[in-house]
Amino acid sequence: MLGLNKKDMNLLLLVAGLVIFAPFILNPFPEGSELAQFNAGYPDLMQRFVIFGIFAIGFNILFGLTGYLSFGHAAFLGVGSYAGVWMMKLLTMNVVPAIMISVVVAGLFSLLIGYISLRRSGIYFSILTLAFAQMSFALAYSVLTPLTGGETGLQLSLNDPRVLGISATETGSIPVTHFFGLEMRDSFELALGSWLFTFNAGYYLCAAVMLIAFYLSIRIFRSPFGMMLRAVKSNQQRMKYTGLNPKPYTLAAFVISGMYAGLAGGLMVSMDPLAGAERMFWTASGEVVLMAILGGAGTLIGPVLGAGLIKYMENILSKINSTILHEWFAFMPDGIEDVMVTLVYPFIGKGWHLTLGIMFMLVVIFLPGGLVEGGQRIARLFRRRGAKTDDSGAEQSQNTPAE
Amino acid sequence: MGILEVKGVGKRFGGLQALGDVNLSVQENSVHAIIGPNGAGKSTLLNVLVGKLIPDTGSVMFEGQSVLGRSPHEINQMGISRVFQTPEIFGDLTVMENIMIPCFAKRDGSYRLHAFETVLHEKELVAQAEQILIDVNMIDKREMHAASMSRGDKRRLEMAMCLVQEPKLLLLDEPTAGMARADTNNTIDLLKEINEKRDITMCIIEHDMHVVFSLAERITVLAQGTPLVEDIPEKIKGHPKVQEAYLGQAHG
Ligand SMILES: Nc1ncnc2c1ncn2[C@@H]1O[C@H](COP(=O)(O)OP(=O)(O)O)[C@@H](O)[C@H]1O
Ligand SMILES: [Mg+2]
Repeated sequence: MLGLNKKDMNLLLLVAGLVIFAPFILNPFPEGSELAQFNAGYPDLMQRFVIFGIFAIGFNILFGLTGYLSFGHAAFLGVGSYAGVWMMKLLTMNVVPAIMISVVVAGLFSLLIGYISLRRSGIYFSILTLAFAQMSFALAYSVLTPLTGGETGLQLSLNDPRVLGISATETGSIPVTHFFGLEMRDSFELALGSWLFTFNAGYYLCAAVMLIAFYLSIRIFRSPFGMMLRAVKSNQQRMKYTGLNPKPYTLAAFVISGMYAGLAGGLMVSMDPLAGAERMFWTASGEVVLMAILGGAGTLIGPVLGAGLIKYMENILSKINSTILHEWFAFMPDGIEDVMVTLVYPFIGKGWHLTLGIMFMLVVIFLPGGLVEGGQRIARLFRRRGAKTDDSGAEQSQNTPAE
Repeated sequence: MGILEVKGVGKRFGGLQALGDVNLSVQENSVHAIIGPNGAGKSTLLNVLVGKLIPDTGSVMFEGQSVLGRSPHEINQMGISRVFQTPEIFGDLTVMENIMIPCFAKRDGSYRLHAFETVLHEKELVAQAEQILIDVNMIDKREMHAASMSRGDKRRLEMAMCLVQEPKLLLLDEPTAGMARADTNNTIDLLKEINEKRDITMCIIEHDMHVVFSLAERITVLAQGTPLVEDIPEKIKGHPKVQEAYLGQAHG
């Protein structure tokens, strides 16, 4: 179906199930309970999950397939955001044109940067992309202030021209973003017992776009083009002597991943029409690298998992403070309680970066294939337990070194 | 006129004259061997032919067209394929994918954005790739990671990758180096068959005299970057200059 084989179709359906039921899945704990602070099912966080999922999926098409490590992809997300806000200022509050222009502008910008950066490979390529992104950040902050709003960021105002819409509502406020009339902030709340689930229009728009983006990435992975990208990573020498030109393949991957980043930027401003230069800062570029590697670069689902995990930690783990810790360890004798709190404290709240760093190191050292590899290993363990009989065939394919 | 005409090619690396004044004419559908001691410049010559190196002097014509100044992928698309001294394959990909890539390169040229097709839906190319895997006796390894194979298998895979492209000229750099005797004989048979059945001209660099004398119709002896003699195998065997420059050394 949809040109996918059964395995890929199941994966797509799994992801679709997860994002559709995310408001339930992410809110497992009843309101007001101890654990309610671990709930992540509120609209802006769920939006961030899927938007960064898109960003990571796109990044993975470049990094996971070709092995070219870009350290400047946040620039495309930032440029997409600015373009989107401008569309809303000038044309309409409908998010569709804004998202489209974000993708197009980010695509053109990545064509330019990719064309130049891809003259080099390896570390030099990474440094070039980093330099371009930092340049874009600096420009957005200073010289380009009329275009980007400088330090305050680019915002909507009450006297935007907005050709196909109104500059201000009757009540004198800035109109809100909508999808053909459906306001992005519209939410429907469902209370079941002491559980509260929120279904937000904006989230479902992002989720639908993310599913399309994920589907396209599966198609790319399984296409001859995707195979060529893996060939770029594996052996460019052989590729050239097979009559293939690696350059346009790599550039196409770069532009496609830039467009994914622009799409993410466009969705961000569709949810919250504000674009700031810090979105292009190098730490933002580094974050998407972490997402891809943590989840599993070069795998289909890995980057989505990585994005989810990092955004969850950033938003949930970072909220835990020492008071909450004291409550957790309250059952212990006072002295031990204080020791425990002191021990755990560096890893939570503002220290969540430390936890992330340690996790990242553990993954890189023990699970080079990321969380996906971890999952596969666990699955294999269970399968081996399940069927002890078929362990003979697996070892046969082991290589016999010649001479 | 041969299919490949090399005239006055010279290449210098710093102070080392790797190729002096090389003239070579390879006749269509023949097997032409280039022999010579280590460091004679054989690999360097092949690098010039495939566009990896640009010579300082001379010209290289393939089917009447100059290859100099063209990039490797363009030269390959003209019909020249190369097997390397150490096998160059796509190690991270499966054996089948390794074969599929040249299939696509042959059909679609050096670049095509076929991002929304599916590799396995290209039935014709899949069948073609499977046939070549059967021909080289590797069909049972189709889903194997190419990097995990033995060196001999990697060589055969590389050769198969070249063959699906149906090149007009196949350049082989020591294709049997490091192979066991049985494998070497299989390779000789395979190469013979390729030459006869597929009308592929071959230019082969080889150390193993057994291989050279079983395959080659003409032999060029290269020493210190210059051709010493060029002749049919029977004449080369007894040639005093060759004995001195090469065979003597190799056996002694
Ligand atoms: N890229 C290079 N840079 C410098 N010297 C080289 C290079 N390639 C080959 N040479 C030198 O040129 C000479 C010929 O080498 P080569 O063509 O590999 O010989 P062979 O006949 O054994 O294949 C050798 O002395 C080698 O060291
Ligand atoms: Mg050599």
